[in-house]
Amino acid sequence: MSRLYQGVFKRDMTLAFHQKGELFQPVIFLLIVVCLFPLGVGPGPEMLQRISPGVIWIAAILSGLLGMERLFKDDFLDGTLEQLTLSGLPLYAIALSKVATHWLVSFLPIIFLSPLLGMFLNMNLAMYQALIITLLLGTPLLSLVGAIATALTVGLHRASLLVSLLLLPVFIPLLIFATSAVESAAMQLPYSPQLAIIAAMTCLALASAPFAISYALKVSQH
Amino acid sequence: MSALVATELSCTKRDRVLFESLSVTLKPGHWLHVRGPNGAGKTSLLRILAGLSQPDSGQVQWNNHSLDNRYAAALVYHSHKPGLSSSINALDNLKFWCAQHNITVSDDTIFDILAHLALVGMEDVPVRLLSAGQQRRVALARLWLKPASVWILDEPFTALDTFGIKIIEARCQWFVKQGGAIIMTSHQPLNGASETIRFLDMEFKL
Amino acid sequence: MWKWLHPYAKTEKAFGLCNTLQPWFAGTFFLLFITGSVWGLLFAPADYQQGDSFRIIYFHVPSAMLSMSAYVAMAIAALVGIVWQWRTAFMTMIAIAPVGAVMTFIALFTGAAWGKPMWGAWWVWDARLTSELILLFLYCGVIALYHAFDDKQQAGKAAAVMALVGVVNVPIIHFSVEWWNTLHQGATITKFDKPSIAPAMLWPLLLNILAFASFIGWVTVLRLKNEILRREIHRPWVKAVLSEKREGANAV
Repeated sequence: MSRLYQGVFKRDMTLAFHQKGELFQPVIFLLIVVCLFPLGVGPGPEMLQRISPGVIWIAAILSGLLGMERLFKDDFLDGTLEQLTLSGLPLYAIALSKVATHWLVSFLPIIFLSPLLGMFLNMNLAMYQALIITLLLGTPLLSLVGAIATALTVGLHRASLLVSLLLLPVFIPLLIFATSAVESAAMQLPYSPQLAIIAAMTCLALASAPFAISYALKVSQH
Repeated sequence: MSALVATELSCTKRDRVLFESLSVTLKPGHWLHVRGPNGAGKTSLLRILAGLSQPDSGQVQWNNHSLDNRYAAALVYHSHKPGLSSSINALDNLKFWCAQHNITVSDDTIFDILAHLALVGMEDVPVRLLSAGQQRRVALARLWLKPASVWILDEPFTALDTFGIKIIEARCQWFVKQGGAIIMTSHQPLNGASETIRFLDMEFKL
Repeated sequence: MWKWLHPYAKTEKAFGLCNTLQPWFAGTFFLLFITGSVWGLLFAPADYQQGDSFRIIYFHVPSAMLSMSAYVAMAIAALVGIVWQWRTAFMTMIAIAPVGAVMTFIALFTGAAWGKPMWGAWWVWDARLTSELILLFLYCGVIALYHAFDDKQQAGKAAAVMALVGVVNVPIIHFSVEWWNTLHQGATITKFDKPSIAPAMLWPLLLNILAFASFIGWVTVLRLKNEILRREIHRPWVKAVLSEKREGANAV
C-alpha cells in the first residue's frame, strides 16, 4: 500500500502539479462552456434555471474527457508503464491509483467551482445541493469508465476524438439520472432514488473498471 | 537453480509470424546476445520473456513457475523507451522507480551511481533537458539500484558514447560473474569476455 | 458443449463451419422473408386506427429486436474471445458489428417513417427510438475502435472490451431512457400495447423476425469467411482454398 502511494500516487500528483498550465485548462474550459449558454439561449433567469443541470453536467463530462488523455499517454510513450507493469504491483491497483489522481485533478476543482456556475445559471439552494451531491457521486464514474477507453486507445495516435466517441454514449444514463435529480430538487421532490442509482452505477464501475483497465493496458502494450 | 525457461514460443504480429517453436533457456552466469535484422522479432521475444506480452503459444517459466511477483522482484527490464518522465529530474525518476519496485535506497547511493555514470550536476535537471545519451545512462542506473538475478536489456547501447558502453559492459561482466543472467539485443558486437557470451540468431520471415 | 465448440477456435475449422451454415441461413432467410413480407404487406388485415401505415412494423419490429440481440451476440463473442483467447471469436465479433449497426439503422429509419403518420413528425424523442439511436452510437464506437488499430489482433481485443462495456450499459441505457421519457412527456402513446395485436397480424411478424435473424446469421457468416481469408492469406490452407476456387471457375 505504501509502495503504491510512494511510487505511483505521489509520482502522478507530482507530475500533475509540474504542468500547472494543463492543470487549470479543464476548469477554465468548463467555465467558458457554461458561459456560452446564457449567450446562446438568452439570459432569461427561468430558462437558465431550467437548463442549468443539463448544461453543467454536459460541460463537466466534456471537460473530464479533455483531461482523460494524459491519464496513461505520457507514461505509455516514455516507457514508465512498462516499468510499472513489471514492478510487481498489481496492475489494477496502479490503474485505480491513476484514476484517483485523474479525479482529484480534473473533477475536484469542478466541484469547488460549482457554486459559481450555479450562480451564473440562477440555481436555487435546493438545486445546488443536489448538484453537488450528484457531482460527488457521479464524477468518479466518469473517471473510472473513461480510463477504460483511454487505456484501450493509449497506443493510437490522435485518439482523443475516438475516446469521446466511445465514451459519450456510455455516459448518457449518468447524465439522465443526475439532471433528473437536480430537477426533482428544483420541484421540491425527493431525489434519493436517482442518487441511489448513480451510487449503484459508480459502485459497479469501481468493482469492475480496474480489471477492465488493466486488461486494456495489457492489450495496448502487446 | 533459478532458471528462465521458455519453451516452444511463437509470436505473430499483424498476422505475420515472427517466430515459431523457439526455445530459450537462461541459467545463472549466462549472457545471451540476441542478434538479427530489424523486424526479426527480437524486441517481441524480450517482451515475452519479461512477461509484458503473451506468446501466441508456448510458455515461459521462472524456477518452474509461471511469471509472477517473484520473477518481477528478480528482474530488471530495460526497453528502448527509457521509462523516465521528462518533466521531473533524474533523482526523482529513480526514487519513484525504487519505490515502485520496493527497493529502499538513500539519496546518496543514487548520487554515487549517477556520478559513476558521469552525470554529476545533472541530478536535478528535468530529464527532457538531458541529451539522449544522458537519458540512456539515467535509465541504465537501474542496473546498479536493484538487486536482481535476470537482466533483460533491449538495445542498451543506443546513443551511448564509447565511455558509456565501456561502463555498461563492465557492469554486465560483473553481474554475470556474480551469477546473474543477461539476455540482450544489440546491433554492435560486444567487446571482451567473449567466451561467456552465447548467441541467438533470429531471422526475418515473411 | 466445450468439446463441441473447441475445434472452431482454429480458423480453418471455423471456415468449414461457415461453409456448412451459409446455405441454411440463406435458404431460411429467402423462404421466410418472402412469405412473411408478402403475407404481412398484402394479406394481413389493416389496423383499424392506423390503416395500412401500421404495416411498417413488419420491418421495424424485427430490426429493432434483432439490433439488440445482435449486440448481445457480439458481446458474447467478445467474452468468449477474452476468456479463451480465441482469434475466431474476435473475428466473429467484428463480423457481427456492422450487420447489427445496419439493423439499428433500419429500425431507426422505419421508426422515423412510421412516426410521420403517427405523430406528424419525422423524429420524436420517443423512448424506443432514443434507445436505438444510442445503440447505433455504441455500435459505431466498437467499429471505429476496431478500425483505428493496424494490428487486427490487438484491435479485436480492444473492441471486445468496448463491446462488453456497452453490453453492461445497454439495459441501463434502456431503463434510463424510459425513465427520462416518462419524466418529460408524461403519458405518451406507446407503440405496442401488448395484447392488442391480432393473430392474423402476428404470424407474418414472427416469420419476419426469424427471417431477419437468418439474414444476420447469413451476412455474419459471409463476413466472417472474408475476414478469415483476409487475415490468413499467407497460410497454406487458404492458398489451397483459393486455388481450388480458381480452378472451379476456370472449369466452368
